[in-house]
Amino acid sequence: MEFLQQVINGLALGSVYALIAIGYTMVYGIIGLINFAHGDIYMMGAFFGFFAASKFNLPFIPTLAIGMICAAVLGVAIEKIAYKPLRNSPKLSLLITAIGMSLLLENGSRLDFIFGPDYRTYPSNLLPSQIIKIGALRLDSLHLIIILISILLAALLQIIVFRTKVGKAMRATSFDKDAAALMGINIDNIISITFAIGSALAGAAGVLVGILYSRIDPYMGIMPGLKAFIAAVLGGIGIIPGAVLGGIIMGIAETFTKVYISSKLSDAIAFAILIVILLIKPSGLLGKKSNVKV
Amino acid sequence: MPLLEVRNLTIRFEGLIAVSDFSITMGEHELVGLIGPNGAGKTTIFNMLTGVRTPTEGIIQFAGEDITRIKPYQITKKRMARTFQNIRLFKDVSVLDNVKISFNFRVKYNLFHSIFRLPKFFREEEEIEEKAINILKIFRLDNKKHEMAANLSYGEQRRLEIARALAASPKLLLLDEPAAGMNPQETQELTELIKWVKNEYKISILLIEHDMKLVMNLCERIVVLDYGKKIAEGTPEEIKANKQVIKAYLGDDADA
Amino acid sequence: MIRNSLKRFAIFMATSIIIFVILTFIINQNIINQYDVRILVLICINIMLALSVNLIVGFTGQFTIGHSAFMAIGAYAAAMLTINLKLPFPLSLLGAGIIAGFIGLLIGIPTLRLKGDYLAITTLGFCQIVVVVIQNIPQLGGAQGLTGIPPKTTFAWTFFTMIVTILVIYNIVHSSQGRAMISIREDEIAAEAMGINSTKYKIMAFVIGAFIAGVAGGLYSHYMMYIEPQSFNFLKSMDFIVYVVLGGLGSIPGCIISTAVLTYLPEGLRGFGDLRMVIYPILLIVIMILNAKGISPSKLFKRKSKGRDKDAIA
Repeated sequence: MEFLQQVINGLALGSVYALIAIGYTMVYGIIGLINFAHGDIYMMGAFFGFFAASKFNLPFIPTLAIGMICAAVLGVAIEKIAYKPLRNSPKLSLLITAIGMSLLLENGSRLDFIFGPDYRTYPSNLLPSQIIKIGALRLDSLHLIIILISILLAALLQIIVFRTKVGKAMRATSFDKDAAALMGINIDNIISITFAIGSALAGAAGVLVGILYSRIDPYMGIMPGLKAFIAAVLGGIGIIPGAVLGGIIMGIAETFTKVYISSKLSDAIAFAILIVILLIKPSGLLGKKSNVKV
Repeated sequence: MPLLEVRNLTIRFEGLIAVSDFSITMGEHELVGLIGPNGAGKTTIFNMLTGVRTPTEGIIQFAGEDITRIKPYQITKKRMARTFQNIRLFKDVSVLDNVKISFNFRVKYNLFHSIFRLPKFFREEEEIEEKAINILKIFRLDNKKHEMAANLSYGEQRRLEIARALAASPKLLLLDEPAAGMNPQETQELTELIKWVKNEYKISILLIEHDMKLVMNLCERIVVLDYGKKIAEGTPEEIKANKQVIKAYLGDDADA
Repeated sequence: MIRNSLKRFAIFMATSIIIFVILTFIINQNIINQYDVRILVLICINIMLALSVNLIVGFTGQFTIGHSAFMAIGAYAAAMLTINLKLPFPLSLLGAGIIAGFIGLLIGIPTLRLKGDYLAITTLGFCQIVVVVIQNIPQLGGAQGLTGIPPKTTFAWTFFTMIVTILVIYNIVHSSQGRAMISIREDEIAAEAMGINSTKYKIMAFVIGAFIAGVAGGLYSHYMMYIEPQSFNFLKSMDFIVYVVLGGLGSIPGCIISTAVLTYLPEGLRGFGDLRMVIYPILLIVIMILNAKGISPSKLFKRKSKGRDKDAIA
């Protein structure tokens, strides 16, 4: 019973990681960049939601929406300003810029005239946190709602990617950017849309985490960002279902490590998983080996 | 004992059979051509011979040794060298250094000698420099020895590809479309050069080419590939007259 | 060939000695204050680290973004050797390098099979694991850090080791081993086709880089007298990557200069207080964008030969 409860906890954490991981994987799939600033977009989403809820007393759904929309705008802006000029540069340069952007977001947020270095506490009335009893199981409604919302958002994403023209264009671009351009697809727009969607999902994760754990601070994106990234790699970088699978596995692994082994090692387990997957199957659980033409 | 013996070579990529049941034998001092339409599997055969791809079935024996599954650099050490269809020079490296790299696996000084600049280092480096320049002279590239490979003209780059492979002192040299993109005069010069190299260095050469004039002039024997299968083998005259070959390939050729 | 080589060596050593004498004079006469001496020492240490990363990333083309792990290993190992085993300082440094190099070998063998981004992520993960492991070892001071490291490092030590490092890196790069590494960077498949065992040379570059980083770490811990695990996390690794990329991958002089400038920069920005850590990344992003548009300081050092081969031996 305890076990099942921990599974639910792990799933809730995993859903958060999955939402962030999807953004990583979409961006990598389309421009081959590991967007180190993505974890900080998650953080910014949490803060945007916080201000919506505390300063304007908005209820849950508008708060979530504002967190997502503002994060999306931020993501698109970052792409246009910092990543687009380097689209044809060596990968290492892009990586460095992304890291610079991450530092900028973190330290910029800490400035007094932005968010300030102190942590903030989310208003506690946004989502119901009640214990639901199912037989001998005692589950927190918060966890269940988070899992539900993540499933909803992921389902929405699936519809967009597989049932709309825009989604088709996104898939085409991630297969072969140049060919897609030749087919008349506006690559710049597609890339912006990809960043917008990925950032929106990260923003959603930020708001959900803010509600779940109450405390948010400018550095909150670093570890989850890294772990979500590992999740994306675990599932197969560039593959959206992989990101979801990876996120869930990471969430459950971390929860179980905290509960059954030691909470100090819960961070290390993430990196251990990374190393193992890269040594055994670098293309990820759902990934395919790519053949290089010689 | 033949220099190269290939038996029943087959390679499958997921569902596609790229090369099927390919066999060939080559002796020392032979010049053999491998022709066939685009996509017939010629470069794939080169890749299998040089260890870049592992065949699904079949055996490759070189100078009596089974080399079917060993790594590319080990095959080069056994004296088989190749050029690439899409030139793979070391672009940001000088012409001279491109050639020097092929001497690496025979260098006897180690890291210690390099770091402390011991006499052995200088001795061998001078030898390598001399040998490398000599090879460049043969390919008329010695006046460009300090140029970055990326700055050479296309024809010069193709020559450098061959020079670099030759510097590895192969017994068998695999040339993958060495005349691609060359004009008739350059092709003629290349034909003479390849003939000269074969005789001077006493090596065997296996050549993939689409330029029929070069193939017919140069090769003692020709093997024809179509859809991964060998469809004919013989002298240039025999191949020219072979109906199957004409049907598959020669009929469309503009150079013949 | 030997004559040219000796000539270059003599010029380099003469210049280095002159610079050293001038700097030592300036330090001893207190023309610059202790704070600036610290910057000089850090510059020397960082140049060693940047060059070690450059060997792996710039010359061999392998994306290692977790190199600070080896600096950490060296820093802590040297400290332990000096404090617990009471080894003389030079032996501690050597020991630190050997231990770091050995761990580099253990890590390098499985991970250098990976390419590009995957290698980058693995080295990053390794770096973070090292930090976490150190945090959980009480004998190393844990997360609070290690204090009581004797102040053995002087400016002379760091300058001297830096000069040796420059010589070693230069000699390796301009040798057959160096040519092999560069060929792997340029085109690994073609390198293998020319008889180069690419795995061997990748590991060679990696281990040498780890060794140098270990020695630099040892110098660092015996200068700072106090070290803590978080200062060696992947952000530190990224510092080195930035020095190397901005100095021009595969350029030794470019790397030296960019490291010196970029080590000084955050210190020079100290007057801006909190804004410093905002200005620094903004500058970084701006420089990367300018770099992409072709405007770059590293272009000045990029060796495009015009007649005289600067890449040839001796």
